[in-house]
Amino acid sequence: MSLANAVSPLTPPKTGLRLQKQFSWARAREAGVRAVLLGCASLSLLTTLAIVYMFLTEAVYSVTPGTTAFFQEVSLWNFLADTEWSPQFADKHFGILPLLCGTFVIAGIGSLIGLPIGLAAAIYLSEYAKPKFRRMMKPVLEVLAGIPSVVYGYFALVFVTPYALRPIFQSLLGIDVDIFNAMSAGVVLGVMIIPTVCSLSEDALRAVPRGLREAGYALGSTKYDVSLKVVVPAAFSGIVASFLLAISRAIGETMAVCIAAGQMPRLSLNPFRSMETMTAYMVGASLGDTPAGTIEYKSLYAVGFTLFLITLGMNILANWVMNRFREVYE
Amino acid sequence: MTIMQSFTELVHQRQQRESAKRNRPVESEVTKLDVRNLNFFYGEKQALFDVSMTVAERAVTAFIGPSGCGKSTFLRALNRMNDIIEGAHHNGTVLLEGQEIYAPDVDVVSLRKRVGMVFQKSTPFPKSIFDNVAYGPKIAGQRNHKGLSEIVEQSLKRAALWDEVKDRLQDSALALSGGQQQRLCIARALATNPDVLLMDEPASALDPASTSRVEDLIFELKQNYTIVIVTHNMQQAARISDWTAFFYQGYLIEKDHTQKLFTTPKKKQTEDYITGRFG
Ligand SMILES: Nc1ncnc2c1ncn2[C@@H]1O[C@H](COP(=O)(O)OP(=O)(O)OP(=O)(O)O)[C@@H](O)[C@H]1O
Ligand SMILES: [Mg+2]
Repeated sequence: MSLANAVSPLTPPKTGLRLQKQFSWARAREAGVRAVLLGCASLSLLTTLAIVYMFLTEAVYSVTPGTTAFFQEVSLWNFLADTEWSPQFADKHFGILPLLCGTFVIAGIGSLIGLPIGLAAAIYLSEYAKPKFRRMMKPVLEVLAGIPSVVYGYFALVFVTPYALRPIFQSLLGIDVDIFNAMSAGVVLGVMIIPTVCSLSEDALRAVPRGLREAGYALGSTKYDVSLKVVVPAAFSGIVASFLLAISRAIGETMAVCIAAGQMPRLSLNPFRSMETMTAYMVGASLGDTPAGTIEYKSLYAVGFTLFLITLGMNILANWVMNRFREVYE
Repeated sequence: MTIMQSFTELVHQRQQRESAKRNRPVESEVTKLDVRNLNFFYGEKQALFDVSMTVAERAVTAFIGPSGCGKSTFLRALNRMNDIIEGAHHNGTVLLEGQEIYAPDVDVVSLRKRVGMVFQKSTPFPKSIFDNVAYGPKIAGQRNHKGLSEIVEQSLKRAALWDEVKDRLQDSALALSGGQQQRLCIARALATNPDVLLMDEPASALDPASTSRVEDLIFELKQNYTIVIVTHNMQQAARISDWTAFFYQGYLIEKDHTQKLFTTPKKKQTEDYITGRFG
């Protein structure tokens, strides 16, 4: 009854209410919170923009009159095709290839080790492990992810190379292993990306609906069949995205590879020699005495910009894969 | 009693349709599954109480009963799908052609190949139509592509889906309509060549046209398969089943020829349920 009355058109509408906004503390607080949150959100965007601006003005085109940017002095062709990187010598060469080579050899070794192990661990945690064990393992993985990378670097230098690589490859197989070498860096990098791969892949695996697993079992699958032939393909997009993010992290990793692989730009695929990655060059150059305005200083930005473009590309690819191949489960 | 009459009519229609289709007795009397004194527990909670029932070969047996009465639990006990639920346990015996399926030396994987299952929600794998149907034979070790193609074609034909998908076997199964997906799941279950097919409300998420296709299909399939189907739709039970079992609160109240159960139920609870007085 009362409800019917309330909506009845016969009730005379109230009149004379003010529609204009009036000041109130509640509304002021609302506006304040909104402004602070917006500020925080914009900060990261602004930082990114500032970094890109810096890259562009130092590496591509200088806006300050009388100064030049890196690519106004070194041609893009030299940068991409020269096979030597020697900014600190009298005969300067600015070929990015040796640094790219170091980066990809080391990231490649890391991926070959980290991706399969991370995925296997994720499959174990999601499909095989008892819930109790899973709850225990998650924080352990996070601890692994929280170890500073400089620790991994020293681990590679003082343990992996002398106690693992040298006994196997040098003593047994007779291959010379430098004290700084790409292999040890790749190995620890592999360990470093395991938590990323494992955690993201596990999320993807666990998002696969229970019904698909049951359907698999009902067709006479073993646990192995269900895990590898039903669940993993169903979580494909998430797994690939976790791989791409991990590789992108491996490419951008700095301290560990700088310590473990050394600072010797070398265009070679021999993983037992010292190599220099793009990140390691940037650490070295910025720690050393590199006055602003010199070509050496500008090369930092050129290398940084290249690295930025590569990781940006990887992240875009990861997002694209996520969206393109996502299986929608309601 | 108009409801009773309408059921009688449905059953009658069905029998006519059946005898018109092929000249054979309406129900077979060979026992395929024999369940004795089955008690089933989810942890502490008992879901089935002392259920004993036989399931006839090459016939359709329908389970009806209000929500939560244990129909799915009982159905899933028949191919040990409950094994994968943490904390589930049981006592009693389930015999498939005289063999205890819960015996320690029984291989669950081969049991489930013989006792296939179709679920309420269609569960196509995110693979191609072909790969969905070929999944079972593949994991069973069938590698030969020609052999697989034959199985796929045959299964899709039996599931009355072949004509709709024969030109796009490599398309994703997720692109099919709901009704097609459910028939695909039936085809997938048939591809492992089971002799028993368990169906848990296979048509409850489908529109009337798709439902009637699935019902026709069940009708066809019972020539070769033993079919157990859970349904909430009593008209459906009356239309397609030879036997109907009524469950209530974990107990099997009665099981009889469908016609008898719907027209002259022995128990008061059954009558109340099928006339819509509760549930
Ligand atoms: N995985 C589970 N864990 C614990 N209890 C469960 C589980 N599955 C079912 N149950 C309980 O067992 C009882 C029987 O459930 P079941 O699913 O067999 O009912 P049902 O007859 O199939 O119902 P519906 O018609 O709604 O599908 C219910 O009380 C339910 O809550
Ligand atoms: Mg159910």
